[in-house]
Amino acid sequence: MIEKIWLVPLFPLIGFLAIAFNFMRFKGLLSGIIASSAVFLSFIGSMILFLQLSAGQEAMTVDLFNWIHFNNLSIPFSFLVDKLSVLMLLIITGVGFLIHVYSIGYMKEDAGFNRFFAYMNLFIFFMLLLVLGSNYLVMFIGWEGVGLCSYLLIGFWFKNQDFNNAAKKAFIMNRIGDLGFLLALFMLILQFGTLNFSDIFSKSQTILVGNSTITIITMLLFAGAVGKSAQIPLFTWLPDAMAGPTPVSALIHAATMVTAGIYMIARSNILFVLAPVTMWTISLIGIATALLAGSIAIFQTDIKKILAYSTISQLGLMFVALGAGSFTAAMFHLTTHAFFKALLFLAAGSVIHALSGEQDIRKMGGLRHKIPVTFWVFFIGSLAIAGVPPFAGFFSKDAIMLGTFESSPVLWIVSVLVALMTSFYMFRLLFTVFWGKAIVSENKYHPVHESPKSMTIPMMVLAALSVFGGMIGIPQLLGGSDRIQDYLAPIFAASASILKQHPSEVNVSSELALMLVPLILIFIVIYAAYLLYAKKRLVQLEDKPRSFFENLITRKFYIDELYEIIIQQPVSRLSIFFHDVIEIKIIDRLVNNTGNMIVWAGKNIRYVQTGNVGVYLFFMVVSIITILFFNLFN
Amino acid sequence: MPDTIQNMQVIPLDYYIFFCSALFAIGVVGVLVKRNALVIFMSIELMLNSANLLLAAFSAYRNDPAGQIFVFFIMVVAAAEVAIGLALLVMIYRSTHTIDINVLNKLKW
Amino acid sequence: MVFSRYLFFILSFVAIYAALKVLISKSPMHSVLYLTLAFFAIAGHYILLNAQFLAVVHIIVYAGAIMVLFIYTVMLLNLNIQGEFPKSKFANIASTIAGGLLLLTLIAIFKSYDLKIIANPALNQIGLVKSLGKVLFEDYFLPFELSSVLFLAAMVGAVMLGKKDIY
Repeated sequence: MIEKIWLVPLFPLIGFLAIAFNFMRFKGLLSGIIASSAVFLSFIGSMILFLQLSAGQEAMTVDLFNWIHFNNLSIPFSFLVDKLSVLMLLIITGVGFLIHVYSIGYMKEDAGFNRFFAYMNLFIFFMLLLVLGSNYLVMFIGWEGVGLCSYLLIGFWFKNQDFNNAAKKAFIMNRIGDLGFLLALFMLILQFGTLNFSDIFSKSQTILVGNSTITIITMLLFAGAVGKSAQIPLFTWLPDAMAGPTPVSALIHAATMVTAGIYMIARSNILFVLAPVTMWTISLIGIATALLAGSIAIFQTDIKKILAYSTISQLGLMFVALGAGSFTAAMFHLTTHAFFKALLFLAAGSVIHALSGEQDIRKMGGLRHKIPVTFWVFFIGSLAIAGVPPFAGFFSKDAIMLGTFESSPVLWIVSVLVALMTSFYMFRLLFTVFWGKAIVSENKYHPVHESPKSMTIPMMVLAALSVFGGMIGIPQLLGGSDRIQDYLAPIFAASASILKQHPSEVNVSSELALMLVPLILIFIVIYAAYLLYAKKRLVQLEDKPRSFFENLITRKFYIDELYEIIIQQPVSRLSIFFHDVIEIKIIDRLVNNTGNMIVWAGKNIRYVQTGNVGVYLFFMVVSIITILFFNLFN
Repeated sequence: MPDTIQNMQVIPLDYYIFFCSALFAIGVVGVLVKRNALVIFMSIELMLNSANLLLAAFSAYRNDPAGQIFVFFIMVVAAAEVAIGLALLVMIYRSTHTIDINVLNKLKW
Repeated sequence: MVFSRYLFFILSFVAIYAALKVLISKSPMHSVLYLTLAFFAIAGHYILLNAQFLAVVHIIVYAGAIMVLFIYTVMLLNLNIQGEFPKSKFANIASTIAGGLLLLTLIAIFKSYDLKIIANPALNQIGLVKSLGKVLFEDYFLPFELSSVLFLAAMVGAVMLGKKDIY
């Protein structure tokens, strides 16, 4: 069965081709059904693979064909099927399928319905390629492909120039990271002579910890991850990417694509543990991003932007876990995050759908009874992301906390702070939107309606996953068996031995304390949010003057403005200089004058051609004489 | 032919070179000076003949039959060339009613 | 032995005189006739070179075929138009100077080569029909046969061009 792995990415590709080349002919919901069933078939395939691997089947590489063969470098087009990639497959196809189904309802009235599903299937295809590739180059194809699809889908409503700009911003920022990835590939070829994961990882076993080349390679790979997973300094594209349709935000910018960086680092864990400097950098950037994005999210007023900053913050937490060396915790959080963040985005989409496109939470309120299904799933999602037991987020966040505490207590304190922020802004969002009274005018409020079944059912499934998804990683302390730890252990075995990790260094009582202290704080924060936003309705509709700090955070720390001053303006000034001086005054003049000279010469010299045969003969004879004359002296 | 055998020693190769060059130059001047296409054509024949004669002379003086074979083939080509050339001339005359080359001034920009 | 030298000078004089006359004559018909004369003089030169085969072929091809073609063209098409294309004096002078320069250059070039001529060229028999025929049919057989194809092509071409309703 594993040899048939190519079927898994093939289904979405076929779906994409079928929809893309029948653009106008598919009427109604047909393309949505085709796209969803393609992803569903992939999901079944992934499920079969998962069961086989769980039953003890060995991980294996499936060679499709020899792609690049050059000198000693040989890069096959092959897929690696192991527990890590299959876990990602399940997330992508499972969550992807649910979001596809949701999109059928959400995008029903959109003119670009067929186009949307073509892009979505293409995205799933590239994402599967990314996680399945057995070498960095195949991964890179997927990496670039999902970037392209992200661009296409952010700018899906291309008639709005702001959306196009957001798409371009996302694309260009990703490119910066991709450059790092690409350079890392070149260095890997230089260092190891191959790009295959298995070869590189077996060869790197012999390399000493702290090797400078490996440090540079991992730093460059991390640069790629920073771009794709929206970390400091390349995170500003993700909030803008909310310009795309909400299912896109759920699928690409919350559940799958942005986690590609996490996956890539987890995949290359052996390289990364060889570079402690990089690991520290990852931790620091991760925690800084988590803090920054979390604090920005508290003051945002756009429902999707809050979720976007929340995503950045959660990704930051995953990076902290990666940097601390607890790869399993990062993958665990990636999984649960995919569930509840997709759920939150879909629920937010449902709210937006109900309010006919309104995204400003200051204008919302009292939706609890109007759209109960959406309210309940949103509530579950919020509980899950806030880390309230027994929801999924509690276990994964706990795993990360434990990992960071083992790494450094300071990191642990900051991550607790991030977790508190998370619960605060999520419940601020929840209480503002669903409690209190509506502030929007009544006639716009009138057509509020619950979303159709095709949208609510995927949300319910995701809600169930958000509730029970944490079960795969219940720590032993709470009587669980921490199945994900066992499941992923073979992948991270080598790096664990390098890091000399022990299964649990922290004793039982302190582990319990580590679990309970944040939990109590979280409950306090949720209650505070309840008081502030449900009781007192601390919602300011007007932009009244704020304190310096409030202003700083509301304006997102002026980071966009900072980038404009530091990068955009010098570049554009340089471009203007090149255009005005180099291009027009030097190059254009040179080119034009060359042309003018030839035209002028041609105009004058053409009179030599009188058309008189006698003259031609005369010149011929003179020329022959000249040639003979010169021959005489040579 | 003992006479001719004797005579050959008397005539130096240079004489042939002078003579043939002169003939060739006359042919060239004819091509340049005359405007009658027919006479120009004759001048070309004159040039061909001077070249032929020089080739034959070299052949004889260097004891190499290849030169004379060449002359033979040049004659073959010349005969074909004259046939075609005169046919062209006739055609030009038919369409323009002149064989003055100064009238044939269409070969320009 | 002096006789043959005289013969050379006489033939050369006749040839050059006839060639000049070709240019000077106002009537194309006269030019054709002088050209025939020049050709006969050149045939004499071939005999003087002991190249009997070439001499015979020359008379047959040039005097016999080509000159007849010229005369036919002149007479049948009534191309015997006299002296109506005067050329400018400047052009004539320039042309003559060019011709003179060409003569000088040619002579200079021929003289610049140190040609190795055999001690007694008069003894060679290569110009005889028998020896030349052997070379022609042994070493140059293929070109010889191909030349017949060339003739065929030339004939077809000439007929095609000569047809009245060619357009």
